[in-house]
Amino acid sequence: MEIASYIFMTIGGIFFLLGGLGVLRMPDTFNRIQAGTKATTLGVFSTLIGVAFMNPSWIAKIIIIIVFVVITNPIGSSVIAKATYNSKNIPSNLVQDDLKQRGDENDV
Amino acid sequence: MMDIIVISLMGLGLLFSLVRLIKGPKLSDRVVSLDTINMIIIGVIVVIAKVFENAMYLDVALVYAALAFLETVVFSRYLEGKKDGNS
Repeated sequence: MEIASYIFMTIGGIFFLLGGLGVLRMPDTFNRIQAGTKATTLGVFSTLIGVAFMNPSWIAKIIIIIVFVVITNPIGSSVIAKATYNSKNIPSNLVQDDLKQRGDENDV
Repeated sequence: MMDIIVISLMGLGLLFSLVRLIKGPKLSDRVVSLDTINMIIIGVIVVIAKVFENAMYLDVALVYAALAFLETVVFSRYLEGKKDGNS
């Protein structure tokens, strides 16, 4: 049980490290949103599963935190991406722009 | 020993995000790195709860998660008001 806990916590730490590295090294804002949000969602998930393996009586609070983070972190990512698009801050080498084709770029 | 390794990995990620927060060219980069830093801090608080064997830190982590989401949304609304996107 202890070994499984440490394996999950180390996986979570590696995901946090990769998220920070992606935020530092990616070339433009949308790539940084991808790296910073998805990796840290999985990092929180894995770390909390590891702590729940170590103390099984904390499982209720840990499930509440996991559900909250898994719901709110993609919403935050979507809100940041929409705000970045609406502030006319988009990179110039964009291949496809679906929002502009729909014609509701200022609709929030 | 393993706790120190896990905290060190999280601290390296926190350091990389902090570099991006300081030197980010646009305001949206800073908002993204702030969101990443908040998520890493939630993980650090939960590992601290495991190290000190105290379940009260989990409540702290839950309230911190709620405030971090609110902070991201509020900063994004502020970013949307600034049309030029410069910091």
